[in-house]
Amino acid sequence: MDSELASTAPAFELKAAGFTLPVIRLLRLDMDAVEAQLLPKVQQAPGFFQHTPVVIELNALPSADEEVGFPQLVGLLRGLGMIPVGVRGGGAAQHEAAKAMELAILSDAAKPGAKPEVVDDLALELPVTGQSAKPQIGIETGSHLVDRPVRSGQRVYAAGGDLTVLAAVNSGAELMADGNIHVYAPMRGRAIAGLHGDRAARIFCSDLQAELVSVAGHYRVSDSIPAKLKGCQTQVFLDHDVLRIEPL
Amino acid sequence: MARTIVITSGKGGVGKTTTAAAMAMGLAQRGHRTVVIDFDVGLRNLDLIMGCERRVVYDFANVINGEANLNQALIRDKRCEHLFILPASQTRDKDALTQEGVGQVLEELRKTYDYIVCDSPAGIEHGALMAMYFADDAVVVTNPEVSSVRDSDRMLGILSSKSRRALENDEPIREFLLLSRYSPERVASGEMLGVEDVQEILALNLLSVIPESKAVLNASNAGTPVILDVESDAGQAYSDMVARYLGEERPMRFLEMERKGLFSRFFRG
Repeated sequence: MDSELASTAPAFELKAAGFTLPVIRLLRLDMDAVEAQLLPKVQQAPGFFQHTPVVIELNALPSADEEVGFPQLVGLLRGLGMIPVGVRGGGAAQHEAAKAMELAILSDAAKPGAKPEVVDDLALELPVTGQSAKPQIGIETGSHLVDRPVRSGQRVYAAGGDLTVLAAVNSGAELMADGNIHVYAPMRGRAIAGLHGDRAARIFCSDLQAELVSVAGHYRVSDSIPAKLKGCQTQVFLDHDVLRIEPL
Repeated sequence: MARTIVITSGKGGVGKTTTAAAMAMGLAQRGHRTVVIDFDVGLRNLDLIMGCERRVVYDFANVINGEANLNQALIRDKRCEHLFILPASQTRDKDALTQEGVGQVLEELRKTYDYIVCDSPAGIEHGALMAMYFADDAVVVTNPEVSSVRDSDRMLGILSSKSRRALENDEPIREFLLLSRYSPERVASGEMLGVEDVQEILALNLLSVIPESKAVLNASNAGTPVILDVESDAGQAYSDMVARYLGEERPMRFLEMERKGLFSRFFRG
Protein backbone atom coordinates (compact mmCIF):
# COMPACT_ATOMS: atom_id res chain seq x y z
CA MET A 1 0.00 0.00 0.00
CA ASP A 2 2.98 2.28 0.51
CA SER A 3 3.46 4.87 -2.11
CA GLU A 4 6.75 5.25 -3.92
CA LEU A 5 7.63 8.25 -1.82
CA ALA A 6 6.97 6.55 1.47
CA SER A 7 9.28 3.66 0.70
CA THR A 8 12.22 5.77 -0.50
CA ALA A 9 12.08 8.61 2.00
CA PRO A 10 14.56 7.96 4.82
CA ALA A 11 12.74 6.47 7.76
CA PHE A 12 15.64 6.68 10.20
CA GLU A 13 19.19 7.79 10.70
CA LEU A 14 21.82 5.60 12.23
CA LYS A 15 23.98 7.54 14.62
CA ALA A 16 26.49 6.88 17.33
CA ALA A 17 26.04 8.56 20.66
CA GLY A 18 27.74 8.22 23.98
CA PHE A 19 25.76 8.09 27.20
CA THR A 20 26.76 8.44 30.79
CA LEU A 21 25.06 5.69 32.74
CA PRO A 22 25.29 4.75 36.37
CA VAL A 23 27.32 1.58 36.84
CA ILE A 24 26.64 -0.91 39.60
CA ARG A 25 30.06 -2.36 40.28
CA LEU A 26 29.61 -5.69 41.96
CA LEU A 27 32.23 -6.44 44.58
CA ARG A 28 30.64 -9.61 45.90
CA LEU A 29 28.14 -12.14 44.62
CA ASP A 30 25.91 -11.90 47.66
CA MET A 31 22.73 -10.47 46.11
CA ASP A 32 20.98 -10.20 49.46
CA ALA A 33 23.75 -7.91 50.66
CA VAL A 34 23.46 -5.89 47.43
CA GLU A 35 19.77 -5.49 48.06
CA ALA A 36 20.21 -4.51 51.69
CA GLN A 37 22.81 -1.87 50.81
CA LEU A 38 21.17 -0.56 47.65
CA LEU A 39 17.77 0.00 49.17
CA PRO A 40 18.75 2.92 51.45
CA LYS A 41 20.60 4.60 48.58
CA VAL A 42 17.54 4.44 46.37
CA GLN A 43 15.37 5.73 49.16
CA GLN A 44 17.64 8.75 49.53
CA ALA A 45 17.11 9.77 45.93
CA PRO A 46 14.19 7.86 44.46
CA GLY A 47 13.86 10.28 41.56
CA PHE A 48 17.40 9.65 40.44
CA PHE A 49 16.94 5.91 40.07
CA GLN A 50 13.46 5.88 38.62
CA HIS A 51 13.57 4.60 35.01
CA THR A 52 17.33 5.03 34.99
CA PRO A 53 19.26 2.67 32.75
CA VAL A 54 22.09 1.03 34.70
CA VAL A 55 25.04 -1.10 33.73
CA ILE A 56 26.26 -3.98 35.89
CA GLU A 57 30.00 -4.14 36.08
CA LEU A 58 31.62 -7.50 36.80
CA ASN A 59 35.30 -6.49 36.66
CA ALA A 60 35.70 -6.11 40.39
CA LEU A 61 34.43 -9.58 41.23
CA PRO A 62 37.05 -11.94 42.63
CA SER A 63 36.51 -14.50 39.87
CA ALA A 64 35.28 -14.22 36.29
CA ASP A 65 33.91 -17.76 36.34
CA GLU A 66 31.54 -17.80 39.26
CA GLU A 67 27.86 -17.66 38.60
CA VAL A 68 26.28 -14.26 39.09
CA GLY A 69 22.66 -14.37 40.24
CA PHE A 70 21.43 -12.30 37.29
CA PRO A 71 17.74 -13.21 37.63
CA GLN A 72 17.73 -12.05 41.23
CA LEU A 73 19.84 -8.97 40.50
CA VAL A 74 17.79 -7.89 37.49
CA GLY A 75 14.59 -8.45 39.43
CA LEU A 76 15.97 -6.42 42.30
CA LEU A 77 17.03 -3.51 40.08
CA ARG A 78 13.75 -3.47 38.19
CA GLY A 79 11.87 -3.62 41.47
CA LEU A 80 13.69 -0.46 42.53
CA GLY A 81 12.66 1.27 39.31
CA MET A 82 15.95 0.95 37.42
CA ILE A 83 16.33 -0.51 33.95
CA PRO A 84 19.36 -2.81 33.76
CA VAL A 85 20.61 -2.56 30.20
CA GLY A 86 23.85 -4.50 30.09
CA VAL A 87 26.94 -5.86 31.73
CA ARG A 88 30.56 -4.88 31.45
CA GLY A 89 33.52 -7.14 32.06
CA GLY A 90 33.30 -10.68 33.37
CA GLY A 91 33.90 -14.07 31.81
CA ALA A 92 32.28 -15.99 28.97
CA ALA A 93 29.93 -17.98 31.21
CA GLN A 94 28.78 -14.83 32.91
CA HIS A 95 28.14 -13.26 29.50
CA GLU A 96 26.00 -16.22 28.51
CA ALA A 97 23.99 -15.87 31.70
CA ALA A 98 23.63 -12.13 31.08
CA LYS A 99 22.42 -12.72 27.52
CA ALA A 100 19.84 -15.12 28.82
CA MET A 101 18.49 -12.21 30.88
CA GLU A 102 18.43 -10.02 27.74
CA LEU A 103 21.30 -7.90 28.98
CA ALA A 104 23.68 -6.41 26.45
CA ILE A 105 27.40 -7.15 26.71
CA LEU A 106 29.11 -3.77 26.69
CA SER A 107 32.70 -3.29 25.63
CA ASP A 108 35.17 -3.31 28.45
CA ALA A 109 36.94 -0.08 27.55
CA ALA A 110 36.88 1.48 30.97
CA LYS A 111 38.84 4.66 30.55
CA PRO A 112 39.11 6.46 33.82
CA GLY A 113 38.58 10.16 33.37
CA ALA A 114 36.89 9.82 30.02
CA LYS A 115 34.71 12.78 29.21
CA PRO A 116 31.24 12.22 30.59
CA GLU A 117 29.59 14.64 28.21
CA VAL A 118 28.16 13.63 24.86
CA VAL A 119 29.81 15.96 22.43
CA ASP A 120 29.89 14.12 19.12
CA ASP A 121 26.23 13.90 18.43
CA LEU A 122 24.52 17.02 19.56
CA ALA A 123 21.07 17.31 18.20
CA LEU A 124 20.94 20.96 17.30
CA GLU A 125 17.47 22.31 17.63
CA LEU A 126 18.11 25.94 17.12
CA PRO A 127 14.90 27.85 17.51
CA VAL A 128 13.90 29.33 14.21
CA THR A 129 14.27 33.04 14.60
CA GLY A 130 12.37 33.89 11.46
CA GLN A 131 15.51 35.31 9.91
CA SER A 132 17.49 32.25 9.09
CA ALA A 133 20.62 34.30 8.47
CA LYS A 134 21.00 35.13 12.14
CA PRO A 135 22.20 31.79 13.50
CA GLN A 136 24.54 31.43 10.55
CA ILE A 137 26.24 34.72 11.32
CA GLY A 138 26.51 33.37 14.85
CA ILE A 139 28.35 30.33 13.61
CA GLU A 140 30.80 32.33 11.54
CA THR A 141 31.85 34.53 14.39
CA GLY A 142 31.80 31.65 16.80
CA SER A 143 28.95 33.14 18.86
CA HIS A 144 25.24 32.62 18.95
CA LEU A 145 22.47 35.02 19.78
CA VAL A 146 19.07 33.56 20.61
CA ASP A 147 16.16 35.97 21.01
CA ARG A 148 13.24 33.56 21.39
CA PRO A 149 12.42 31.48 24.45
CA VAL A 150 14.39 28.25 24.68
CA ARG A 151 11.74 25.66 25.40
CA SER A 152 11.84 22.49 27.43
CA GLY A 153 13.61 19.80 25.40
CA GLN A 154 15.43 22.25 23.13
CA ARG A 155 19.21 22.35 23.04
CA VAL A 156 21.25 25.21 21.76
CA TYR A 157 24.97 24.81 21.23
CA ALA A 158 27.38 27.56 20.37
CA ALA A 159 30.35 25.74 18.90
CA GLY A 160 33.62 27.49 19.44
CA GLY A 161 32.17 30.61 21.02
CA ASP A 162 29.80 32.34 23.39
CA LEU A 163 26.07 31.89 23.64
CA THR A 164 23.85 34.84 24.46
CA VAL A 165 20.17 34.35 25.18
CA LEU A 166 17.77 37.29 25.46
CA ALA A 167 14.60 35.31 26.26
CA ALA A 168 13.68 32.88 29.01
CA VAL A 169 15.36 29.49 29.15
CA ASN A 170 12.76 27.10 30.51
CA SER A 171 13.07 24.10 32.71
CA GLY A 172 14.23 21.12 30.66
CA ALA A 173 16.05 23.25 28.08
CA GLU A 174 19.80 23.00 27.64
CA LEU A 175 22.33 25.65 26.68
CA MET A 176 25.83 24.65 25.71
CA ALA A 177 28.78 26.69 24.61
CA ASP A 178 32.47 26.17 24.17
CA GLY A 179 32.86 29.66 25.61
CA ASN A 180 30.73 31.73 27.99
CA ILE A 181 26.96 31.68 28.37
CA HIS A 182 24.97 34.87 29.00
CA VAL A 183 21.27 34.79 29.80
CA TYR A 184 19.38 38.09 30.14
CA ALA A 185 16.06 36.59 31.22
CA PRO A 186 14.99 33.93 33.73
CA MET A 187 17.35 30.96 33.41
CA ARG A 188 15.44 27.85 34.50
CA GLY A 189 17.14 25.18 32.39
CA ARG A 190 20.66 23.82 32.19
CA ALA A 191 23.72 25.79 31.21
CA ILE A 192 26.95 24.10 30.26
CA ALA A 193 29.82 26.46 29.51
CA GLY A 194 33.30 25.42 28.46
CA LEU A 195 31.87 22.28 26.94
CA HIS A 196 35.21 21.24 25.49
CA GLY A 197 37.06 21.91 28.68
CA ASP A 198 37.70 25.66 28.67
CA ARG A 199 38.18 26.27 32.39
CA ALA A 200 38.06 30.03 31.96
CA ALA A 201 34.51 29.94 30.62
CA ARG A 202 31.80 31.53 32.76
CA ILE A 203 28.05 31.64 32.98
CA PHE A 204 26.28 34.97 33.55
CA CYS A 205 22.61 35.08 34.46
CA SER A 206 20.35 38.02 35.19
CA ASP A 207 17.93 35.73 37.01
CA LEU A 208 19.39 32.40 38.07
CA GLN A 209 16.89 29.61 38.66
CA ALA A 210 18.88 26.96 36.82
CA GLU A 211 18.45 23.20 37.11
CA LEU A 212 22.14 22.73 36.51
CA VAL A 213 25.16 24.89 35.82
CA SER A 214 28.44 23.49 34.61
CA VAL A 215 31.83 24.86 33.62
CA ALA A 216 34.37 22.54 32.00
CA GLY A 217 32.73 19.45 33.45
CA HIS A 218 32.34 20.77 37.02
CA TYR A 219 28.69 21.09 37.78
CA ARG A 220 26.14 21.98 40.41
CA VAL A 221 22.49 21.03 40.39
CA SER A 222 19.70 23.26 41.62
CA ASP A 223 19.73 21.66 45.07
CA SER A 224 23.30 22.73 45.66
CA ILE A 225 22.85 26.29 44.46
CA PRO A 226 22.43 28.50 47.54
CA ALA A 227 18.82 29.63 47.85
CA LYS A 228 19.83 33.24 48.44
CA LEU A 229 21.40 33.40 44.99
CA LYS A 230 18.30 32.17 43.22
CA GLY A 231 16.60 34.83 41.19
CA CYS A 232 19.68 37.08 41.45
CA GLN A 233 22.22 38.39 38.99
CA THR A 234 24.99 35.87 39.26
CA GLN A 235 28.08 34.54 37.61
CA VAL A 236 29.31 30.97 37.69
CA PHE A 237 32.99 30.26 37.27
CA LEU A 238 35.70 27.79 38.07
CA ASP A 239 38.10 28.75 40.86
CA HIS A 240 40.81 26.08 40.84
CA ASP A 241 38.64 22.98 41.03
CA VAL A 242 35.69 24.57 42.78
CA LEU A 243 32.65 25.75 40.87
CA ARG A 244 31.70 29.09 42.40
CA ILE A 245 28.41 30.90 42.08
CA GLU A 246 28.60 34.54 43.10
CA PRO A 247 26.34 37.56 42.86
CA LEU A 248 27.31 40.14 40.30
CA MET B 1 -7.10 31.20 2.41
CA ALA B 2 -7.79 28.17 4.59
CA ARG B 3 -6.03 27.96 7.93
CA THR B 4 -5.06 24.75 9.66
CA ILE B 5 -5.25 24.97 13.45
CA VAL B 6 -3.75 22.29 15.66
CA ILE B 7 -5.07 21.83 19.18
CA THR B 8 -2.17 20.34 21.10
CA SER B 9 -0.67 20.07 24.59
CA GLY B 10 1.81 17.24 25.06
CA LYS B 11 0.04 16.15 28.22
CA GLY B 12 -3.11 14.09 28.19
CA GLY B 13 -6.41 14.90 29.85
CA VAL B 14 -6.02 18.67 29.72
CA GLY B 15 -8.99 19.30 27.43
CA LYS B 16 -7.69 19.12 23.86
CA THR B 17 -10.69 17.35 22.40
CA THR B 18 -13.13 19.57 24.30
CA THR B 19 -11.26 22.58 22.96
CA ALA B 20 -11.11 21.25 19.41
CA ALA B 21 -14.86 20.62 19.45
CA ALA B 22 -15.56 24.08 20.86
CA MET B 23 -13.20 25.82 18.44
CA ALA B 24 -14.67 24.06 15.43
CA MET B 25 -18.25 24.67 16.50
CA GLY B 26 -17.53 28.30 17.34
CA LEU B 27 -15.95 28.99 13.96
CA ALA B 28 -18.73 27.18 12.12
CA GLN B 29 -21.43 29.06 14.03
CA ARG B 30 -19.93 32.26 12.72
CA GLY B 31 -20.47 30.99 9.21
CA HIS B 32 -16.98 29.72 8.43
CA ARG B 33 -16.83 26.39 6.65
CA THR B 34 -14.99 24.27 9.19
CA VAL B 35 -13.83 20.70 9.43
CA VAL B 36 -12.50 19.13 12.62
CA ILE B 37 -10.20 16.10 12.32
CA ASP B 38 -9.49 13.55 15.03
CA PHE B 39 -5.81 12.57 14.87
CA ASP B 40 -6.04 10.27 17.86
CA VAL B 41 -5.98 7.02 15.91
CA GLY B 42 -6.86 4.08 18.10
CA LEU B 43 -8.26 6.24 20.91
CA ARG B 44 -10.81 8.31 19.12
CA ASN B 45 -13.02 10.53 21.26
CA LEU B 46 -13.95 13.48 19.13
CA ASP B 47 -16.96 11.66 17.66
CA LEU B 48 -18.31 11.19 21.19
CA ILE B 49 -17.79 14.80 22.17
CA MET B 50 -19.43 15.89 18.93
CA GLY B 51 -22.25 13.40 19.41
CA CYS B 52 -21.83 11.74 16.02
CA GLU B 53 -20.41 8.37 17.14
CA ARG B 54 -23.32 6.45 15.67
CA ARG B 55 -22.89 7.96 12.25
CA VAL B 56 -19.25 6.95 11.66
CA VAL B 57 -18.87 4.76 8.58
CA TYR B 58 -15.49 5.61 7.12
CA ASP B 59 -12.63 7.34 8.89
CA PHE B 60 -9.43 9.32 8.35
CA ALA B 61 -7.33 6.17 7.85
CA ASN B 62 -9.73 4.87 5.19
CA VAL B 63 -9.35 8.13 3.28
CA ILE B 64 -5.55 8.06 3.53
CA ASN B 65 -5.50 4.46 2.30
CA GLY B 66 -7.82 5.29 -0.58
CA GLU B 67 -10.56 2.99 0.70
CA ALA B 68 -13.05 5.83 0.85
CA ASN B 69 -13.18 9.33 -0.52
CA LEU B 70 -13.35 12.40 1.68
CA ASN B 71 -17.04 13.05 1.14
CA GLN B 72 -17.88 9.55 2.30
CA ALA B 73 -15.90 9.96 5.49
CA LEU B 74 -16.91 13.51 6.44
CA ILE B 75 -19.87 13.72 8.80
CA ARG B 76 -21.99 16.84 8.66
CA ASP B 77 -22.91 18.16 12.08
CA LYS B 78 -26.64 18.12 12.78
CA ARG B 79 -26.62 21.42 14.67
CA CYS B 80 -24.51 23.52 12.36
CA GLU B 81 -24.47 23.12 8.60
CA HIS B 82 -21.00 24.60 8.18
CA LEU B 83 -19.34 22.03 10.42
CA PHE B 84 -17.94 18.67 9.35
CA ILE B 85 -16.19 15.99 11.36
CA LEU B 86 -13.53 13.60 10.10
CA PRO B 87 -13.30 10.83 12.70
CA ALA B 88 -10.19 8.83 13.53
CA SER B 89 -9.93 5.10 13.08
CA GLN B 90 -10.43 3.16 16.28
CA THR B 91 -8.99 -0.10 14.98
CA ARG B 92 -5.60 0.92 13.62
CA ASP B 93 -2.48 2.35 15.13
CA LYS B 94 -0.99 5.76 14.62
CA ASP B 95 1.29 4.60 11.81
CA ALA B 96 -1.82 4.61 9.64
CA LEU B 97 -1.18 8.35 9.32
CA THR B 98 1.56 8.84 6.76
CA GLN B 99 2.90 12.31 6.15
CA GLU B 100 2.03 12.21 2.44
CA GLY B 101 -1.42 10.87 3.19
CA VAL B 102 -2.19 13.51 5.81
CA GLY B 103 -0.76 16.19 3.54
CA GLN B 104 -2.94 15.14 0.63
CA VAL B 105 -6.11 15.04 2.73
CA LEU B 106 -5.41 18.46 4.23
CA GLU B 107 -4.59 19.87 0.80
CA GLU B 108 -7.93 18.70 -0.51
CA LEU B 109 -9.80 20.06 2.51
CA ARG B 110 -8.12 23.44 2.09
CA LYS B 111 -9.87 23.84 -1.23
CA THR B 112 -13.34 23.86 0.31
CA TYR B 113 -12.96 24.80 3.96
CA ASP B 114 -11.99 28.01 5.73
CA TYR B 115 -10.70 26.36 8.89
CA ILE B 116 -9.30 22.89 9.50
CA VAL B 117 -9.11 22.09 13.20
CA CYS B 118 -6.78 19.20 14.06
CA ASP B 119 -7.34 17.49 17.40
CA SER B 120 -3.93 16.14 18.37
CA PRO B 121 -3.39 13.05 20.51
CA ALA B 122 -1.37 13.41 23.70
CA GLY B 123 2.36 12.80 23.64
CA ILE B 124 5.05 13.87 21.20
CA GLU B 125 5.03 10.71 19.10
CA HIS B 126 4.02 10.13 15.51
CA GLY B 127 0.31 10.95 15.86
CA ALA B 128 0.97 14.27 17.57
CA LEU B 129 3.70 15.15 15.08
CA MET B 130 1.38 14.45 12.17
CA ALA B 131 -1.33 16.63 13.72
CA MET B 132 0.96 19.62 14.09
CA TYR B 133 3.20 19.20 11.05
CA PHE B 134 0.99 21.06 8.57
CA ALA B 135 -0.41 23.60 11.05
CA ASP B 136 -0.61 27.34 10.42
CA ASP B 137 -1.80 28.10 13.95
CA ALA B 138 -1.41 26.19 17.18
CA VAL B 139 -3.54 26.37 20.30
CA VAL B 140 -1.58 24.92 23.20
CA VAL B 141 -4.00 23.70 25.86
CA THR B 142 -2.47 23.91 29.32
CA ASN B 143 -3.74 23.24 32.83
CA PRO B 144 -2.44 25.51 35.57
CA GLU B 145 -0.02 22.98 37.03
CA VAL B 146 3.71 22.50 36.57
CA SER B 147 3.75 19.23 34.64
CA SER B 148 1.24 20.48 32.10
CA VAL B 149 3.15 23.75 31.68
CA ARG B 150 6.40 21.92 31.09
CA ASP B 151 4.82 19.57 28.55
CA SER B 152 3.30 22.53 26.74
CA ASP B 153 6.69 24.20 26.70
CA ARG B 154 8.17 21.07 25.14
CA MET B 155 5.40 21.02 22.56
CA LEU B 156 6.11 24.65 21.67
CA GLY B 157 9.74 23.74 21.12
CA ILE B 158 8.69 20.97 18.76
CA LEU B 159 6.32 23.29 16.92
CA SER B 160 9.15 25.70 16.30
CA SER B 161 11.58 23.05 15.10
CA LYS B 162 9.72 20.12 13.54
CA SER B 163 6.68 21.62 11.82
CA ARG B 164 6.52 22.14 8.09
CA ARG B 165 6.70 25.90 8.50
CA ALA B 166 9.83 25.58 10.63
CA LEU B 167 11.54 23.07 8.36
CA GLU B 168 10.79 25.03 5.19
CA ASN B 169 11.78 28.30 6.85
CA ASP B 170 8.33 29.66 6.26
CA GLU B 171 6.69 32.23 8.52
CA PRO B 172 6.51 30.55 11.95
CA ILE B 173 3.33 29.00 13.30
CA ARG B 174 1.13 31.46 15.24
CA GLU B 175 1.06 30.05 18.76
CA PHE B 176 -1.75 30.66 21.24
CA LEU B 177 -2.22 29.61 24.83
CA LEU B 178 -5.48 28.27 26.20
CA LEU B 179 -5.57 27.80 29.94
CA SER B 180 -8.16 25.22 30.89
CA ARG B 181 -9.55 23.77 34.11
CA TYR B 182 -8.74 27.01 35.88
CA SER B 183 -9.97 27.31 39.42
CA PRO B 184 -9.53 30.81 40.95
CA GLU B 185 -10.13 29.42 44.45
CA ARG B 186 -7.29 26.94 44.12
CA VAL B 187 -5.04 29.61 42.61
CA ALA B 188 -5.78 31.85 45.59
CA SER B 189 -4.94 29.05 48.01
CA GLY B 190 -1.68 28.40 46.17
CA GLU B 191 -2.58 24.92 44.94
CA MET B 192 -2.60 25.98 41.30
CA LEU B 193 -0.46 28.26 39.18
CA GLY B 194 -2.03 31.58 38.32
CA VAL B 195 -2.40 33.02 34.82
CA GLU B 196 0.66 35.23 35.32
CA ASP B 197 2.80 32.31 36.47
CA VAL B 198 1.94 30.29 33.39
CA GLN B 199 2.38 33.29 31.12
CA GLU B 200 5.77 34.03 32.63
CA ILE B 201 7.01 30.61 31.58
CA LEU B 202 5.26 30.12 28.26
CA ALA B 203 5.09 33.77 27.11
CA LEU B 204 2.30 33.27 24.59
CA ASN B 205 -0.73 35.09 23.32
CA LEU B 206 -3.50 34.01 25.75
CA LEU B 207 -6.70 33.08 23.94
CA SER B 208 -8.90 32.36 26.93
CA VAL B 209 -9.07 30.98 30.43
CA ILE B 210 -11.60 28.17 30.76
CA PRO B 211 -12.82 27.76 34.32
CA GLU B 212 -13.10 24.30 35.85
CA SER B 213 -16.77 23.60 35.28
CA LYS B 214 -19.31 20.83 35.58
CA ALA B 215 -20.71 22.00 32.28
CA VAL B 216 -17.72 20.47 30.45
CA LEU B 217 -18.38 16.95 31.69
CA ASN B 218 -22.12 17.29 31.18
CA ALA B 219 -21.54 18.49 27.63
CA SER B 220 -19.19 15.57 26.89
CA ASN B 221 -21.70 13.09 28.23
CA ALA B 222 -24.42 14.63 26.12
CA GLY B 223 -22.27 14.74 22.98
CA THR B 224 -22.70 18.51 22.69
CA PRO B 225 -19.69 20.82 22.37
CA VAL B 226 -19.69 22.89 25.55
CA ILE B 227 -19.60 26.13 23.54
CA LEU B 228 -23.29 25.51 22.75
CA ASP B 229 -24.09 25.71 26.47
CA VAL B 230 -24.23 29.51 26.38
CA GLU B 231 -25.42 29.76 29.97
CA SER B 232 -22.32 28.05 31.36
CA ASP B 233 -19.09 29.81 32.29
CA ALA B 234 -17.03 27.32 30.26
CA GLY B 235 -19.25 27.83 27.21
CA GLN B 236 -18.83 31.60 27.44
CA ALA B 237 -15.09 31.30 27.94
CA TYR B 238 -14.88 29.18 24.79
CA SER B 239 -16.91 31.79 22.87
CA ASP B 240 -14.33 34.33 23.98
CA MET B 241 -11.61 32.02 22.70
CA VAL B 242 -13.10 31.89 19.22
CA ALA B 243 -13.71 35.64 19.18
CA ARG B 244 -10.14 36.41 20.23
CA TYR B 245 -8.75 33.92 17.74
CA LEU B 246 -10.61 35.83 15.03
CA GLY B 247 -9.05 39.07 16.25
CA GLU B 248 -11.77 40.53 18.48
CA GLU B 249 -10.73 42.24 21.69
CA ARG B 250 -12.54 40.93 24.74
CA PRO B 251 -11.68 41.38 28.40
CA MET B 252 -10.52 38.23 30.20
CA ARG B 253 -13.21 36.68 32.35
CA PHE B 254 -13.43 34.03 35.05
CA LEU B 255 -10.10 34.93 36.62
CA GLU B 256 -11.54 36.05 39.96
CA MET B 257 -13.23 34.04 42.65
CA GLU B 258 -16.99 34.21 42.62
CA ARG B 259 -18.02 36.85 45.06
CA LYS B 260 -20.29 35.47 47.70
CA GLY B 261 -23.61 37.28 47.57
CA LEU B 262 -24.79 39.21 50.57
CA PHE B 263 -27.49 36.67 51.28
CA SER B 264 -25.31 33.59 51.16
CA ARG B 265 -22.80 35.33 53.40
CA PHE B 266 -25.53 36.35 55.74
CA PHE B 267 -27.06 32.92 56.03
CA ARG B 268 -23.73 31.18 56.43
CA GLY B 269 -22.83 33.81 58.97
